[in-house]
Amino acid sequence: MAHGPAKGIGRWLFTTNHKDIGTLYLWFSFAMFLLGGFFAMVIRAELFQPGMQLIKPEFFNQMTTMHGLVMVFGAIMPAFVGLANWMIPLMIGAPDMALPRMNNLSFWILPFAFAILTSTLFMEGGGPNFGWTFYAPLSTTYAPESVNYFIFAIHIMGASSIMGSINIIATVMNMRAPGMTYMKMPLFVWTWVITAFLLVAVMPVLAGAVTMMLMDINFGTSFFNAAGGGDPVLFQHVFWFFGHPEVYIIILPAFGVVSQIIPTFSRKPLFGYSSMVYATAAIAFLSFIVWAHHMFTVGMPIAGELYFMYATMLIAVPTGVKVFNWITTMYKGSLTFETPMLFSIAFVILFTFGGFTGLMLSVAAADTQYHDTYFVVAHFHYVMVAGAVFSGTAAIYYWLPKWCGRMYNETMGQVQFWVAFIGFNIAFMPQHFLGLAGMPRRYADYGLQFADWNMVSSIGAFIYGGAQLMLLYNVIVTIRSGAPTSEAKTWEGAEGLEWTVATPAPYHTFSTAPEVK
Amino acid sequence: MATESGYYVPESSKLPLIAATGMGLMAYGAASWVVSGSNTVFLIGAVVMFCVMYKWWSTVIDENMQGLANDQLKHSYVLGMLWFIFSEVMFFAAFFGALFYVRAIVNPWLGGDAAFGMFDNTPTDAAVANNVHLWPGYETQWPVMVTPDQAANGDAAQFVGPDQSMSFPGWDRLLQWLPLWNTLVLLSSSFTVHVAHTALKNNNRKKFLQWLGLTVAMGAFFLVLQVEEYVEAYQHMGLTLESGIYGTTFFMLTGFHGAHVTLGTIMLLIAFLRGLKGHFKSDDQFGFEAAAWYWHFVDVVWVGLFIFVYVLA
Repeated sequence: MAHGPAKGIGRWLFTTNHKDIGTLYLWFSFAMFLLGGFFAMVIRAELFQPGMQLIKPEFFNQMTTMHGLVMVFGAIMPAFVGLANWMIPLMIGAPDMALPRMNNLSFWILPFAFAILTSTLFMEGGGPNFGWTFYAPLSTTYAPESVNYFIFAIHIMGASSIMGSINIIATVMNMRAPGMTYMKMPLFVWTWVITAFLLVAVMPVLAGAVTMMLMDINFGTSFFNAAGGGDPVLFQHVFWFFGHPEVYIIILPAFGVVSQIIPTFSRKPLFGYSSMVYATAAIAFLSFIVWAHHMFTVGMPIAGELYFMYATMLIAVPTGVKVFNWITTMYKGSLTFETPMLFSIAFVILFTFGGFTGLMLSVAAADTQYHDTYFVVAHFHYVMVAGAVFSGTAAIYYWLPKWCGRMYNETMGQVQFWVAFIGFNIAFMPQHFLGLAGMPRRYADYGLQFADWNMVSSIGAFIYGGAQLMLLYNVIVTIRSGAPTSEAKTWEGAEGLEWTVATPAPYHTFSTAPEVK
Repeated sequence: MATESGYYVPESSKLPLIAATGMGLMAYGAASWVVSGSNTVFLIGAVVMFCVMYKWWSTVIDENMQGLANDQLKHSYVLGMLWFIFSEVMFFAAFFGALFYVRAIVNPWLGGDAAFGMFDNTPTDAAVANNVHLWPGYETQWPVMVTPDQAANGDAAQFVGPDQSMSFPGWDRLLQWLPLWNTLVLLSSSFTVHVAHTALKNNNRKKFLQWLGLTVAMGAFFLVLQVEEYVEAYQHMGLTLESGIYGTTFFMLTGFHGAHVTLGTIMLLIAFLRGLKGHFKSDDQFGFEAAAWYWHFVDVVWVGLFIFVYVLA
């Protein structure tokens, strides 16, 4: 029981320890974040000025596709799985995840999957170039041969996600310490168990979608081919039945993180805990019945347009509950503004902004104008980046002292925050204007009237990219030479079981379950 | 390492990394198989996977025999299996969804019959134009015996509909209708596996093994019938994967179901062999129960298939 980690590289390769696996996930996701970020830099460099400067349009398409895929499946999702691995057992008083070996398998699939996916860039005909949504027939009839590698990479990523999610569900349902009832669980645990449910429900549908593609491409079926009686629009339905829950899979754990951090630095309990839980569940439920709002311009019957429009607008209600609760938690709180709190407040503001543009997009009639423009790009980067990535960054600063027993440099953290915050807004705010003015997404070139804002956006993107290198620097410096801290409770306002164990967290925690009152 | 509360947290293990390597090889190998026709990498990956799965489950069984698995850990396994089955349900949901969408929405659009709504049968102008300009001559039909491609392009068509479908052939030929026998075999096997389960719970090992053995045999028989059906389809009915959307949905749905029956039969066979070795107790039988749940699941999927692929056509 008392023994610590194994020596050498074997510790990481063969581990069954939830903290080790969490660390592996976090570093892997950061590596993918830098890779996807590099693709983004290529895109923004090409778009710095009108005309073709650096790369060919064919390669530009591969860059937008790979940027999306790597960021969604390689960076954001694994980052939150890493946080789940680290924090859920600590938060519910469990000795480890419920199925520790499967936990390690879920992780180690990912490097293989992304090695396969990235290798497509070097294949004949190039990598996937059909956008991260891989609509048929671009991804079937007109796809490069490497699409087959993409399909199987997606398959094993899905297997990894499903196993990881089943593990989280089993852990939360089965491993809670005595007295840790469902309605006492920290909100991060709640949001993750609901996320895991979404993943188990929709990753198989994605597997179905890519299987249909594989069959259409190689075995003569006609799922997405009207000549045989199928329909390319069928692809969009199947994809978005996965894809819409997927965006909540990305954002719900981010909600959970913010719901941990804001009470800590407001020195008040979270306002409206149970309404937060119900709102999360409501968002998850609604996510299954709104998918075709991504397809307003595809030629749906008017009844479909109306249904998906109203159902989509409904999501604003539980989301509004959440934003209200975060703000009310801060109201009359004893606020301090350490780095995690700064990122969390920025999250609330910018995510709400992204939510409002989402509401604009939900209006079917208006969406005809916005569809496939930079307005959409701006919208989802406000929720994906200022939402998920800001929240993930907040989580790193918030729990890093607990993980490694060293404190990050507060000044450096805050500088990084402001560079990220300003860079992000310079990068993405102008994209709203570009989109409303009519600039379509996924093009390597653009009309001269879009030149100024594109240059501004590119400059912002470079600044934001630099902020991520600062984050990397901050984390490495903290781990290597940060001021040692051994206080169990790093933050005076923090509540929860994870703050009752020693700092840094011992290799094995809660081998005797704590009693929760 | 067991915790003080008795929850067994395994020591570090090489199995997950080897399994991930096997999966990676299989994924890469499967892609290069369809691209270049060489299946070497895929087969190496499959062998690695087979070995690692054998070893992994042996390890888990050994741990249980040593008494390392307490009730809480066993419950983790139960949850794992149930949520895995749920993920399988959702996989089939994608293909059933495709079938319903094609039948209810795509087909009338291609045939120019898509109407305004439930109470108004007038075809929309868009649907009519779709039919007249893109697929002239195509008539809404299920099963799709003449594809839109054929209707519009005649002999030049790439997708040629089947000569015959698998639908209900009429009461006079009921007994020659294979899907009916398949249904009987599979539904009965769900019953026999339940009898085996009850026998095991009552500690009647002989009865358990007999009925489980019978279930495995029925699973195998179902698969034989299924192969027979496919041979029939390919050789005599002109029904293939490539014969338009009917062949597509028919083979993909029944094919994935058949693959799952194969898996379920193997799981039950392993449970049977373990039973012969004296594994399982009246109150400790997760390996068998998991296989039995899976078996009920493939049975329920078949009921859906029988109704929506065979009968309502």
